Amino acid sequence: MFYIHCPYCGELREEEEFHPKGQAHIARPADPAACTDEEWGDYLFFRDNPRGIHHELWVHAVGCRKFFNITRHTVTYEILETYKMGERPAFTADNPHGHDAEAAPRPAPAAAQAGVHA
Amino acid sequence: MQRYSGFGLVKHALSHHENWQRQWRNPTPKKQYDVIVVGGGGHGLATAYYLAKEFGVKNVAVIEKGWLGGGNTARNTTIVRSNYLWDEAAALYEHSMKLWEGLSQDLNYNVMFSQRGVLNLGHTLQDMRDIQRRVNANRLNGVDGEVLDAKGVQALVPIMDCSKNARYPVLGASWQPRAGVARHDAVAWGFARAADALGVDILQQTEVTGFKIRDGQIYGVHTNRGDIEAKTVGCVAAGNSGVLAKMAGIKLPLESHPLQALVSEPLKPILDTVVMSNHVHGYISQSDKGDLVIGAGIDGYNGYGQRGSYPTVEHTLQAIVEMFPIFSRVRMNRQWGGVVDTCPDACPILSKTRVKGLYFNCGWGTGGFKATPGSGHVFAASLARGEMHSIAAPFSIDRFHTGALVDEHGAAGVAH
Repeated sequence: MFYIHCPYCGELREEEEFHPKGQAHIARPADPAACTDEEWGDYLFFRDNPRGIHHELWVHAVGCRKFFNITRHTVTYEILETYKMGERPAFTADNPHGHDAEAAPRPAPAAAQAGVHA
Repeated sequence: MQRYSGFGLVKHALSHHENWQRQWRNPTPKKQYDVIVVGGGGHGLATAYYLAKEFGVKNVAVIEKGWLGGGNTARNTTIVRSNYLWDEAAALYEHSMKLWEGLSQDLNYNVMFSQRGVLNLGHTLQDMRDIQRRVNANRLNGVDGEVLDAKGVQALVPIMDCSKNARYPVLGASWQPRAGVARHDAVAWGFARAADALGVDILQQTEVTGFKIRDGQIYGVHTNRGDIEAKTVGCVAAGNSGVLAKMAGIKLPLESHPLQALVSEPLKPILDTVVMSNHVHGYISQSDKGDLVIGAGIDGYNGYGQRGSYPTVEHTLQAIVEMFPIFSRVRMNRQWGGVVDTCPDACPILSKTRVKGLYFNCGWGTGGFKATPGSGHVFAASLARGEMHSIAAPFSIDRFHTGALVDEHGAAGVAH
């Protein structure tokens, strides 16, 4: 069972209130008609599926019903952070400890309260 | 290989069963093989067996990072059926079903294949329409099937609540009498023993750490026990296929999810068939030991941890108890998870890749066990000839760019 911190509600809630919606940060091609079959197939079907740190989209289905992102480890299942749509993750595969030098310094409030996998 | 027989059992009893031959060798890796199969689960071992037996390729290695059948082969709920909707999928699973029917004799190993029939329940009008369509399609493809109404289901499974009072009343079911269950460990061990007897080297605790690729052609693999060369490499690594593909610079349209199952304490015989329900998300059978074997749907998030979340188990048991109120006080003994590689169209990938000589057999998702012999057979044919077998050809990875998907979500669904 995950305990997930919803960045919109600002509360730690049980997994059952949420639904996972797949990999995060996938942008729909601006001009779908201009895509090759290769590009369109990649957009629709091909995912990173990493063994390690993964950014994923979740929805707080029976709470605020807003979509947000989670950075989670796919082997330990540890939730490293949750963040709002449009924000960038502090933890990435290249920065597994969350030291993000380039991005504007942003406190990662969720990280401190991020859910644990119980 | 010492053949197993009733006579052999008596003979070995005289020496207190202390002189049985080991089922397979534990060889040191050779420098070079004709074909390397990466992954020592059911599908990989079946591939190696058919390569050696039917396609004359005996210089084969199976490389397994753990132990034989330690992954999904030993974690599934052992259901075997072939009632898939589309022609391509029905051909593949029915090919497998026919091999299942002679498998124990073929391998000289009792895989305990029990054709006790599978019911796929319908709980809504739309379920029943889909069932009728699927059974009609099955019959046109030579797959046995019948549509039953609630009375017919009740006659087959008297302990099920088929009354109108259920929250999701049973309206009927599809019934495939030739379907059933098999003993999953025995499938892995039987294929391993038979392949080993034909000269296949089974290399356990050997992990592939990279591929040797030159000018777009594969010529070997790096492992923790040194480099091994082969011009043909078939990857059959289920949940970890994507990790292997990445080593070769290939992306697969797969997502790895936890899939959970559980068994109860052993009971006296009470359920003599397999009951599956897509609508309420649960499926159940009783093993020969007497345990109720219960399977869930996948956990929705990606995970390689071989475990899932508790609510998934809880929802599954709610569905089972709703269908079988008599089981409400049965205690559960064990619960576990596997890593399943789900494909967007709920069909597998059996395919060449951009790297010449590198093949993938993956994406079986939640329903690979039933296909073990058929998948191994057509994949072995493809590796031996360098051309995909006609049954495997529609499952090329190219379909995710051409759009020629084989959408089996209806027949696969939660049902495995």
